[in-house]
Order: sequence, then C-alpha cells, then structure tokens
Amino acid sequence: MRPFTLHEPTSAAEASALLLERGEAARLYAGGTELLLAMKGGFLPCDHLVNVKTIPGMDAVALDGGALVIGAAATHTAIESAPIVRERFPLVAQVERRVANARVRNVGTLAGNLCFAEPHSDPAALLLLYDAEAVVEGASGERRISIADLQIAPYETALEPGEVMTAVRISPLPGGARAAYLKFGIHHRPTIGVGAMLRVAEGVVVEARLSLGSVPPVARRLPEAEALLLGERAEHLNAESSAVAEVADAAAAQADAVDDLHGSTEYKRHLVGVFVRRAIAQAAA
Amino acid sequence: MSSATPRIRVACEVNGRPVEAKVEPRAFLIDLLRDEFGLTSVKRSCDVQVCGACAVLLDGRPVSSCTLPAFEARGHSVLTAEGLADEPLGEALARAFAQHAAFQCGFCTPGLLLTAKALLDSAPAPTAEQVSECLEGNLCRCTGYKKIVEAVLAAAGRSAV
Repeated sequence: MRPFTLHEPTSAAEASALLLERGEAARLYAGGTELLLAMKGGFLPCDHLVNVKTIPGMDAVALDGGALVIGAAATHTAIESAPIVRERFPLVAQVERRVANARVRNVGTLAGNLCFAEPHSDPAALLLLYDAEAVVEGASGERRISIADLQIAPYETALEPGEVMTAVRISPLPGGARAAYLKFGIHHRPTIGVGAMLRVAEGVVVEARLSLGSVPPVARRLPEAEALLLGERAEHLNAESSAVAEVADAAAAQADAVDDLHGSTEYKRHLVGVFVRRAIAQAAA
Repeated sequence: MSSATPRIRVACEVNGRPVEAKVEPRAFLIDLLRDEFGLTSVKRSCDVQVCGACAVLLDGRPVSSCTLPAFEARGHSVLTAEGLADEPLGEALARAFAQHAAFQCGFCTPGLLLTAKALLDSAPAPTAEQVSECLEGNLCRCTGYKKIVEAVLAAAGRSAV
C-alpha cells in the first residue's frame, strides 16, 4: 500500500477543512473496512487519511425526539448491541447483527458503509424502509440528505467536496407498521437484500414500502410493486397468495438487476420474486 | 518503498505485556505483530477480512489484523494465540481442539481459538447454533467445522447435541 499521512482532527469542521485543502488526495476514514481494501488493492489513491474517530462524541448512539441518531464512528457491533436500538429499532439491530462477519462488525461503521456505497451491502436497503437521513457537515454548515438521495451510483454519493457525514438519523416506523428484512448470499457479500414495511389499519394495508439492495446498482424502493399492496387485507398476504405473486412479479420487473459474479440478471430477477414474496409474508404475519 | 510520512508511536499491551513500537501509518496490525514482535501465530491468508486466519482480539473482540492499521492498537490490549496459553479458557480450548481433532493443517486454528475465546467470554454456555454463528466468519478447509463446534462446546463444558 502507498504511504500516507494520518490526520486526527478533533471536530467535523476541522475534518472538512482538511478534505477541502487536500482534495482528492485525502480520504475520510472511520472503520476502514472498505476503504483500506480499496487502498491495498491500489484502486483508490490516498496521500492523507483523515480519521473521524478522533472527533469527540462521533461514536454516540442516542435518541433525539424519538429518532435514532447514530454517530459516524459507531461500529455495527456498537449499534446492534445498544439497548435503545434493540428495544426501539429491533429490525435495525437484527440486520446490523448480520452485516459481514464479526470482525468487520467490530471495526466497520454504518456511516462508512453508506459513504462507500458498495452495491452488495445491507444497510442502505434496510434504511429505505424508514424515513432516514444522513447528517452532513461542510464549509457552508450542516444539511441533511435523505437516504434515498444519498447513494447516486456504485461507490458514489451525493456528498459535496469537503462534506463529512457526522451521523445517520432514523425515524421510527409509523404506528401500526410491521417490517421484515431478508438477505441471501453465496459469497461473503450479500447477493440480494429485500425489505418490506406494511402499515396496517383495520386489517388493511394503508402504506407499503419495499426495498431492494445488492441486485440493482444502488439500493432502491420498488414503487410500482408497493402500490399493488395498498388496500390488500394483511391476513391474505402469505407467500402463496396470488396478490403477493403479482407484487413479486412487479418487483422483479423493476429490479434493475445487474449481471455480475453473484449471478445473471435472469437469476437475480428470480431471486427478487422469491424474496419479495417471503419478505411481505413475514411482515404481514 | 521508503516513506516520508512521519512514524506513529504505538504503545499498547500485547498478550498482557506493555509494548511499544514506531510504525508507518500504512502498517497493518499483522505486520506489527509478526515482524516487530515475532508473533507468527497470526496468519496472513485472504488479506481481505474474509477468512479469519489473521484474527486477534482487540480489547477482547475479534478483528482482522490484516486490514486494521497498527496505529489502531494505541492504548488498547491485543491478544494473539501465543497469549492464550496463559489463560485458563485458552488452555481449555487448545486442549479441546486437540482432543476432538478440530484441526488438520492448523493454519486457521489460531484465529478460531481466539474467536471461540471471545464467544465463551461473553456467553460461557453457548448452544451449538451460537457457536456456528460466531465462527461463520472463520474459514477452515480441512475439518468441515463439525469437530471445531464440538471442541468449543466441550471447552465450555457442554456436549454437542
């Protein structure tokens, strides 16, 4: 790996200034579980590594008016083991407990994962089920970016030069909502991740969210398939029902599947159908 | 390649003893442990955090030393398989691995012993399922894992179901 200089700022403003000053030669470093692999492989030039972990408070996991606020230096292990996450956001804890392997979870961070925008990954697809935002700080102050707008292409985000993600903010699911997230993989990274959120009132689905990760270039919602769920009776939404089969077909049709080492587009569209059916059934159960 | 970047002083605890070294920022923990301290139980294999052969415990938690910068050890304690001999649980695990033939070539064994120790420290009486789940990030190409799970359960004083 090429030599680099380590910078250890003590505020997000200082980190942002370092990034602006050094431009493309500087990289933000939190867990480093993705970044260092890319640097070792020689894919990502970096002369200046800017460590966000030295910024006080950056590893906090806390509630703010009901929303879960996860600091940019909080590891997957810290998140999944935090009592407030397990109690108030059990699905987040469940998915974070199964990201990569134990060693990566002990070092890697949620914010770092989102910033790296690796397509074969769970967190972005999970967070699309929630109203979630990235909190970023740059030269012109703080702003929030919806999770849906954060990742714009593989390994590319909407962050402007000099912007530092300081936290991920996740709002609770609306009352009456039930959610599930399923993943499947034949390699180290997931081949597919599917999330389903159903808000049910008087037995009828009044809001539905379906999210898909690892199959398309960037994790995405599946709005056409979601629309087909509205008005359905939750008790009829099992894996064998014709209504769910129709939703699964719509999801597969809009999956935007990419052909890669994990399989062909045909195979992945098939997986989307299977896992959308199962995720809906699990959320409705 | 020589580097013009300033070296970083790393003071930490390795296998219970305070140690100190100066490292390049780009040095990984595995380089420090093997090359500086001669702890060759730490194995480099996949080099991308997938196989677990380089696993060491940092403050009791497994990490991949192949991809963790050495400077991250500053102020922390590191345990390698060499240090397991001084711990009752490490001794029990090593004995159980031998008695259950839980290794053949042995290359993955240091990482497996350390990962199993971290599990038993937090869950002294795990189920076979918990052991399998905990060790799923450690690859072994010899044993087929069954004997490894049996050995960990035996070290915990439980028999495999």
